[in-house]
Amino acid sequence: MKKMIVAAGCALAMMAGSALAQDGRDIRIAFDVPYEPFEYRDDDGNLTGFEVELAEAMCEEMNANCEFVIQAWDGMIPGLLARKFDAIMSSMSITEERAERVLFSEPYYITPGGWFGPEDFDTDVTDMDAMEGKTVGVQRGTTMDTYVTDELGGIVSIKRYTTADDMVLDLEGQRLDVVFVDYPVGEQTVLSKDGFKEVGEPVKLGEGVGVAMRKRDKDLAEEINAALETLKNDGTYDAIMDKYFSYDIKM
Amino acid sequence: MPDFITAWLDQNDVFTTMTMLEYWNGLVQTVQLVFLSLIIGLLVAVPLAILRTNRRWWVSGPVWVYTYLFRGTPLLIQLYIIYYGLAQIPGIQETFWWSIFREPFYPALLAFTLNTAAYTTEIFRGAIAATPQGEIEAAKAYGMSWFLRLRRIVLPSAARRAVQAYSNEVIFMLHASAIASVVTIVDLTGAARNIYSRFYAPFEAFIGVALIYMALTFLLVFAFRKLENHLLRHQRPAGG
Repeated sequence: MKKMIVAAGCALAMMAGSALAQDGRDIRIAFDVPYEPFEYRDDDGNLTGFEVELAEAMCEEMNANCEFVIQAWDGMIPGLLARKFDAIMSSMSITEERAERVLFSEPYYITPGGWFGPEDFDTDVTDMDAMEGKTVGVQRGTTMDTYVTDELGGIVSIKRYTTADDMVLDLEGQRLDVVFVDYPVGEQTVLSKDGFKEVGEPVKLGEGVGVAMRKRDKDLAEEINAALETLKNDGTYDAIMDKYFSYDIKM
Repeated sequence: MPDFITAWLDQNDVFTTMTMLEYWNGLVQTVQLVFLSLIIGLLVAVPLAILRTNRRWWVSGPVWVYTYLFRGTPLLIQLYIIYYGLAQIPGIQETFWWSIFREPFYPALLAFTLNTAAYTTEIFRGAIAATPQGEIEAAKAYGMSWFLRLRRIVLPSAARRAVQAYSNEVIFMLHASAIASVVTIVDLTGAARNIYSRFYAPFEAFIGVALIYMALTFLLVFAFRKLENHLLRHQRPAGG
């Protein structure tokens, strides 16, 4: 079955590719920089990052003429609808509210939630009995909050924070036993400090991040989905991911 | 909770039984925190206000510094300093103090108490300083000692002048307690924020909690009116 999907995906991509070679579709893709390591400028000022490289590979796969546009986050969806560009590949999480205004491709990455705690923390976070009575920190209203509330509510004591900084301070101050936080955030704020480590397997939560397009551009969405599917299967995606991440964000 | 109430509540989208329990637990936290800090603050403030009116600078000076510091900085900053600052003291995690200050409740109680005590000290200092000189002279003429004068003349008379300003301080304290939610205490505001983020319903969550705060404020206003009537009954027209 899987092989068939792969084959179908490849065939679709090739068909799309050959079709595109003729009309040489122009696609303008918007990014909000800097958002390391997804999109940022390197020391020479060139646009690079995980999503930028993925976009480059995707354009090559689609045989399209791509132009990259820089757009601030708050003008992203308005800019797309005003035809300033045709697609957004700037870590836009798929949500119901956004899906009412834009068309999302299949998700192409998801940042997992990560468990972080002090060096001497040796409890299995999936073992409900062992976790009993522990204090877990989460950011209020995040998918991590919902996960811990649903899975561990009543077993652990949950402390909810507005910012990750406040939460990390309480982890350092030993008010928390462990935190469950968006992996890149945890990597930057917790793992960068001495005496802390990752204490459990990352958990993938939410709908993931997709390419956002105008609702009427259904053909473009089909081509992009096909191209992404190919990249995910032929190893290109993994090569780009391994360059930027030490953990799995594939979706 | 009786079943019919539970069933009736669960027809709502936001104000379910679970939401109501969360508000109730928040109410208990808020009332505990505000009530305790006001009581302790008042007990601390009265002696401090007496010291503050002392003519010797080395008695009144330290109290002045204390009230100046705590009235000169925002309560939120004081709470941050106490809550996060204490955890940064090297080795505090190994002492018995940590069992108290590990929980957010006691750092918040400490911050609120110190803050309200500073304001209350100044309210009472003003009231004590405004004691008519004639009353004190009369008390002296009766041969009352310093302590007896304080107990019978100065403090009761100061309490009458202070009660209206103090009722404001109490209401401000209730509202200021909303910031306890930033240090993970699930008080009324913390409950509202949790409900808001669970249902993405800011209007319902915050209007609900505003009504609870308002009801608490009305209770306080009512209680203070009774107290004022009691303390100031000598000012009422005769036969009233």
